[in-house]
Amino acid sequence: MYKVVYAMIPGTLAAMYFFGWGVLFNLLIAITTCLATEAMVLKMRNREVLASLQDGSAFVTACLLALALPSLAPWWITVIASLFAIAVAKHLYGGLGFNPFNPAMVGYIVVMISFPLEMTMWSAPMGVNGGWPDFITTFNWVFLGALPVAETIDSISMATPIDLLKTQLSQYHDIHETRNSEQYSALFSTISGTGWQWVNIAFLAGGIWLVRKGVADWRIPTAFLISLVLISNLFAVIDYSSNSSALFHVFSGGTMLCAFFIATDPVTASTTPRGRWIYGACIGVLVYVIRSWGGYPDGIAFAVVLMNIAAPLIDYYTQPKVFGDPNK
Amino acid sequence: MNSLEMHNSDIHKRQTSAHPIEKNKAAFDGGLTLVAHKHLSTASAISPLPAVKEYVIPLQQHIGAMSQVLVHPGDRVLKGQMIARPSAPVSAAVHSPVSGTVRDIMEHEVPHVSGLSDQCVIIENDFRDEWVERRPLADDYYNSTTSQVRKVVSDAGIVGLGGATFPAAVKQTEVHIKTLILNGVECEPYITCDDVLMREHAREVISGADIIGHIIKAHECIIAIEDNKPDAIKAMQEVIEEDGTGFFRIQVIPTIYPSGGEKQLIKIITGEEVPKGRFPAELHVLCHNVATAYAVHKAVYEDEPLISRIVTVTGHGVEQPQNIEALIGTPMKACIEHCGGYKDNHDELIMGGPMMGFSLDTDDLPVVKATNCLLVTAKEEAPKSKQHHMPCIRCGRCVEVCPARLLPQQLYWYASTKNIDRLVEHNIFDCIECGCCAYVCPSEIPLVQYYRYAKTSIWQQERERKHSDIARERHEAHQARLEKQKQEREEKLRKKREMLAKKAKDKPGDNKQDAIAEALARAQAKKAARASQGEATKKDGNDQDDNSKGKEAR
Repeated sequence: MYKVVYAMIPGTLAAMYFFGWGVLFNLLIAITTCLATEAMVLKMRNREVLASLQDGSAFVTACLLALALPSLAPWWITVIASLFAIAVAKHLYGGLGFNPFNPAMVGYIVVMISFPLEMTMWSAPMGVNGGWPDFITTFNWVFLGALPVAETIDSISMATPIDLLKTQLSQYHDIHETRNSEQYSALFSTISGTGWQWVNIAFLAGGIWLVRKGVADWRIPTAFLISLVLISNLFAVIDYSSNSSALFHVFSGGTMLCAFFIATDPVTASTTPRGRWIYGACIGVLVYVIRSWGGYPDGIAFAVVLMNIAAPLIDYYTQPKVFGDPNK
Repeated sequence: MNSLEMHNSDIHKRQTSAHPIEKNKAAFDGGLTLVAHKHLSTASAISPLPAVKEYVIPLQQHIGAMSQVLVHPGDRVLKGQMIARPSAPVSAAVHSPVSGTVRDIMEHEVPHVSGLSDQCVIIENDFRDEWVERRPLADDYYNSTTSQVRKVVSDAGIVGLGGATFPAAVKQTEVHIKTLILNGVECEPYITCDDVLMREHAREVISGADIIGHIIKAHECIIAIEDNKPDAIKAMQEVIEEDGTGFFRIQVIPTIYPSGGEKQLIKIITGEEVPKGRFPAELHVLCHNVATAYAVHKAVYEDEPLISRIVTVTGHGVEQPQNIEALIGTPMKACIEHCGGYKDNHDELIMGGPMMGFSLDTDDLPVVKATNCLLVTAKEEAPKSKQHHMPCIRCGRCVEVCPARLLPQQLYWYASTKNIDRLVEHNIFDCIECGCCAYVCPSEIPLVQYYRYAKTSIWQQERERKHSDIARERHEAHQARLEKQKQEREEKLRKKREMLAKKAKDKPGDNKQDAIAEALARAQAKKAARASQGEATKKDGNDQDDNSKGKEAR
């Protein structure tokens, strides 16, 4: 399980570089809350606390959650999401191996639905509008909710590229216009969003290592990325002005984190070889659908949890043909 | 040219080419490359075990019905004498390994996964080594009919010695067999009994295969050996070249566990899969272990039944790992002692290999026909903790290695929730219990134990269902019988009544009833006479009637 954590290091470093201290605070709060909750629930359930904590599953959940939450999320957002992920999504269903839904994504969805405003609080990436706020400012905001004089949260945070394009489209500014406008052009880079592209590339690198180590299944990320490329390309070809390119989708938001670290969670994913292709591909389609036509900025969490629901059904209908099966 | 000749000429062509021994790549899905640990026990020759005082012979050493015992406590038996005969079409004979006295027939602990006891014949050795009269068929077998030779095999109590212990003669009734596959693969780590057998008794093994080939009228015999046994391959090849008939051919297969599994081996050799739930004969193939062939040779040429086998005693927990020839019924303790005894750091005693074997609680158990290996592990050799395992996270590594293309993680889930319908749907009965899934499981779940338990409970349930069906049928039959008896009784009574009534009609005034009837008739007549006398009288009579009715109601 700790290999998963090692594989997340490049992406985490990239996220910290581009989005600042908030990422580190998220990690610290999430890890503390998740491990404490895990220990508490294990004790309540009369399980061996140390042995189970050492399996690393709560640590991985904490990291995923911290990296998915916006960098300027107030501390209580992270705490609520962590508590819910471990206590409800994981242990109320029976603990490791028995949870039908990805705990980190359930925690994310809870705060996303309950506190939509706080969930947009991403710091401006490095190199845009003076970049992310300094340590003191970030600390004061995250833990105390205090801002420097004459500053508002809007002045230190910034919409993500996916979110921005969606809002602009609703105001009849097409993608080409937004990307080249004086106000927003700094947010976009050659591949996708400034900063976001490097974070995604770093997670891709770590993910490939994880797959090569045999820890993560290779079918799910492959199927997910292929289906996301195909569907985004299809719509981009139909209407280039209002649909972003495949390249933009693949290197934006949480795509790579999802592909290699979230969708590949074996407990909640489909478990048959053929089923994993279907599972990954369907997440790709759902991510695109929610990003393009849904009400939320990124569709990863909903796509993953929706497919978690479908996983047992997929497994049932994708049993491999047994040795000597006459219909093989 | 018939197909047999065609085949033979084909083989000749192959044999005259530069590479007479074929190599091919394993073609079944899944499987593992394991550390062999075979060198431990292959250094010395097969060592015969000295005789002991007492032998315990279980009556159930094979797949099928328990043998029917033929001796009584106190009987004198000779070496090789049949002490139990097959009790059903699928069953096997059992013989006395020594001459001596039947001391008892009783429940005794036997080496079995369940750890339960079973019926055993206890024979006390008189150390005289007196044989029953033997009349070997020897070379005559070639002129004997198939059923005659098969009877020799059956009477010798020969069962599949590769581990399945299916009665050999039963298998040999198959028809339309083209290819006899001789299984010398021995894919499980540590075990070397087939390896040393082929090295030391290649001639006898080939002879036994020839006999089996004669029984089933095979066109060819392919001897499959893993490429990690070069000495055995060489020894067998030499005998085949001497034989020169072209009937035999060696196929060297890569060392991938479980290539020695019957279905996997057939897939490697023929490229075809034995259809689910069917037998290899469907593909015109029959598989026998090399040790089975050796036993057939001994039965035909020496009239020696299956009273001994080669056992690998090995592992890092035993002083002198080696192969021994042990009589069936020998206590395992004696085998271990013969090999120098346990080392100080010994841990577990396992019958069979590390993958498919099962651990034994005691060494006070007899060597049986299925005992191919006694593995004594050292403490550091078994790092897997015996405490409770981690939960399954459905990572699917077990799917990658399963040679039967099952979903072990799903089977585990359904086995632990006792969901029988789903277990059957997920083909639990196609599991060959090779142990690959448990070997790779990162949570160290003893998966095979779960499957064995699930299979046993399903069988148990099936049996109980049958029993309850029988009980229900019996109950229903009982009810029907009672009903029938009741009806018969009523019928009888009815007939009796009818008869009486008829009698009464025939002879009126014969009994009281008739007398009463007559009296009533007379009274009525009087009444009628009175009524006709006048109105007033009639009214009185009516009043009287009413009064009597009122009295009755009160």
